[in-house]
Amino acid sequence: MNFYNEMMDANGGVRAHYKLYDEWLKATPAERIARKRAEADLAFHRVGITFAVYGEEAGKERLIPFDIIPRIIPSAEWKALQSGLRQRVKALNMFLWDVYHDQEILKAGVIPAEQVLNNAQYRPVMKGVDVPGRIYAHITGVDIVRAGAGEFYVLEDNLRVPSGVSYMLEDRKMMMRLFPELFAKHKVAPVQHYPDMLLEKLRAVSPKGVTNPTVVVLTPGAYNSAYFEHTFLAQQMGVELVEGRDLFVKDEVVYMRTTQGPQRVDVIYRRIDDDFLDPTVFRADSALGVPGILKAYQAGNVTLANAIGTGVADDKSIYPYVPDMIKFYLGEEPKLNNVPTYMCRKPDDLKYVLDHLPELVVKEVHGAGGYGMLVGPASTKEQIEHFRKLLIDKPDGYIAQPTLALSNCPTFVEEGIAPRHLDLRPFVLSSGECVNMVPGGLTRVALTKGSLVVNSSQGGGTKDTWVLED
Amino acid sequence: MLSRTADHLFWMARYMERAENLARLLDVTWQMSMVPQAEAAVNQSWNAIIALNSLEEAFAAKYQTVNGENVLKFMVSDADNYASIYSCLRMARENAHAVRGTLTTEMWETLNSTWLEARDRQFDQIVASGIGDYFDWVKMRSSLTRGTTLGTLLQDEAYNFIRLGTLLERADNTARILDVKYHVLPTHEDEGASDFYEWGALLRSVSAFEVYRKVYRDVITPGRVAELLILNKDMPRSLHFCMNSVIKNLDLIANRQSGETARQAGLLHAQLHYARIEDILEHGLHEWLTDFMDRIYALGDGISKDFLVPSLEAA
Repeated sequence: MNFYNEMMDANGGVRAHYKLYDEWLKATPAERIARKRAEADLAFHRVGITFAVYGEEAGKERLIPFDIIPRIIPSAEWKALQSGLRQRVKALNMFLWDVYHDQEILKAGVIPAEQVLNNAQYRPVMKGVDVPGRIYAHITGVDIVRAGAGEFYVLEDNLRVPSGVSYMLEDRKMMMRLFPELFAKHKVAPVQHYPDMLLEKLRAVSPKGVTNPTVVVLTPGAYNSAYFEHTFLAQQMGVELVEGRDLFVKDEVVYMRTTQGPQRVDVIYRRIDDDFLDPTVFRADSALGVPGILKAYQAGNVTLANAIGTGVADDKSIYPYVPDMIKFYLGEEPKLNNVPTYMCRKPDDLKYVLDHLPELVVKEVHGAGGYGMLVGPASTKEQIEHFRKLLIDKPDGYIAQPTLALSNCPTFVEEGIAPRHLDLRPFVLSSGECVNMVPGGLTRVALTKGSLVVNSSQGGGTKDTWVLED
Repeated sequence: MLSRTADHLFWMARYMERAENLARLLDVTWQMSMVPQAEAAVNQSWNAIIALNSLEEAFAAKYQTVNGENVLKFMVSDADNYASIYSCLRMARENAHAVRGTLTTEMWETLNSTWLEARDRQFDQIVASGIGDYFDWVKMRSSLTRGTTLGTLLQDEAYNFIRLGTLLERADNTARILDVKYHVLPTHEDEGASDFYEWGALLRSVSAFEVYRKVYRDVITPGRVAELLILNKDMPRSLHFCMNSVIKNLDLIANRQSGETARQAGLLHAQLHYARIEDILEHGLHEWLTDFMDRIYALGDGISKDFLVPSLEAA
């Protein structure tokens, strides 16, 4: 397979937007680089930018490896991406409003109704709830990869509680601290205003009649893998970081317990999944949630960001229909590509998938985080046969996609600098008519040679992402 | 401020202060153990540390005999002992971790790196490089934490709860050190050199040796030591000083239900303000200190109910 290299062209020449960086890298002594990399490790440890790893020793925290070679995106490429992201997120929010109200898209037969209404992620409790600004996904993380000759594809939309934005911000801070000279040479678009932008969006969706809303960040607690990010965002926005036990509901109004008595809460940026939000409605065993919060939400006395029930729009069985949504709601051609997807519930698609299993990636429709997945080219015969059985048993539980030749980028690894595969997650913020984002996003890189899995839990690292200004 | 946040800040401060005072107590005991004396007397003073923290059972489960090495090992770096310096530093850091967004970056980094360093130090290494150095290190880390708090934190409620935790803990700990040492030390006032070293070590353990000299400009006597540690309003580790600060901070965070707690604190403060050391000694120092510690405990309880873990009805 040939891979698109972000830094080098097919003839081994350095791409124009990497020229200055390449010159700098060649001119900088290896010892200085080594020293700076050690410095970065130490600083990340001291600051405690770590994540907890599930399944390992309780309370154990690990660093996410940080690579000092940035992922650089030229201005024109970013502009195209940005416009495609705006379009896509707008349509997804319109879809969510629609499926919880008049269901026009289902009536028009664009998406089979049972695909939506029978979906486990569809929340009937949200039917007819009028969320402020008609926004459901206030924060969207869209996973984008580059494949083939360099085309961008949307791999998935994350509309529930996307994480990673703190790494984007800390990576930038680290790069500026380690190599200020690079920022003097390049016009790198700033990203540090993300928390301000987020706070502005959260305030903009406060319940009716509230002019000076109290915004909070709701975390599952200190043992959650993304806890660092929760504290980071709360601190950067200057709002309280609360746990479920800090909140209570009285007469359909949410309050937090403070040292001066109860204080009303208007907007909750929640980093807890739907299932755990309200033990009186969803999972009764949840100790993380707030009893009665759904009623307060339905009554319009508090805004949740993201809304309940967004999972129905980022489910893998709905993903293939996003281009159709864009056409249906906006009357526009999609600007970003979807990865071609075979829906195994369709007999023709199933047949193709069964015939081509060794070349394909098969994903569980409701799975997330890389579980329940088959990567054909990297699997053994047994694994493939195992999936063949699963597919025949329950075809509507799966989709399949061609294995993408993910782009790569030079990265520091043990044996020196070598190409590693990467993706990009821009964070898109919505409120009312406005869809905004800071330039770039989080670049994740698979540090293991040949690996296509960039998840931090699987040993992935991150890179600072530079969008160059003209 | 969130009640839970205040609770974590309060306990973060208490654990850090506790680690420091434990280091001080162990340091003075260790130093005193080197003054020539009977072995039984030495072991008695080690035993007092275990008894002070009501750890007799936990200690006996791990060690056969009470001696310096075992007690030090148990109280310095035993992860299973919830009252060891190791555990205190861990709890200080865990409480800080839970509210790190409320702390300044400097405060968090100080607490976090203190814990990371403590975690990586084995007891054998601590002994090899000098256990006195380790106690100094703990004291310095505590000072550094206090310094970054004073130098970087907005002096709002968060600061008040941190101060409250620090001072309540310190009042309790100073009372404990005095209580445990007063009884094992000779109190006849004509004893000479050995008195000087032993009481001198106690004063040093609360950084009050030079202070004593300044205040009294006279030989060291047990009565004056007690007076300095209990009644001197300017000595930062004295009970009077601590209670001064406690009532000030309580006043700043007062809410609708904290009146009774404030009244109790005021009473205790007034008692220190108007007391005479002669009366206290006549009453019996041990009885007086025990009563004081009970009341400090009750104050902590009141603060907890009024601010930190309010019951649902109160909310």
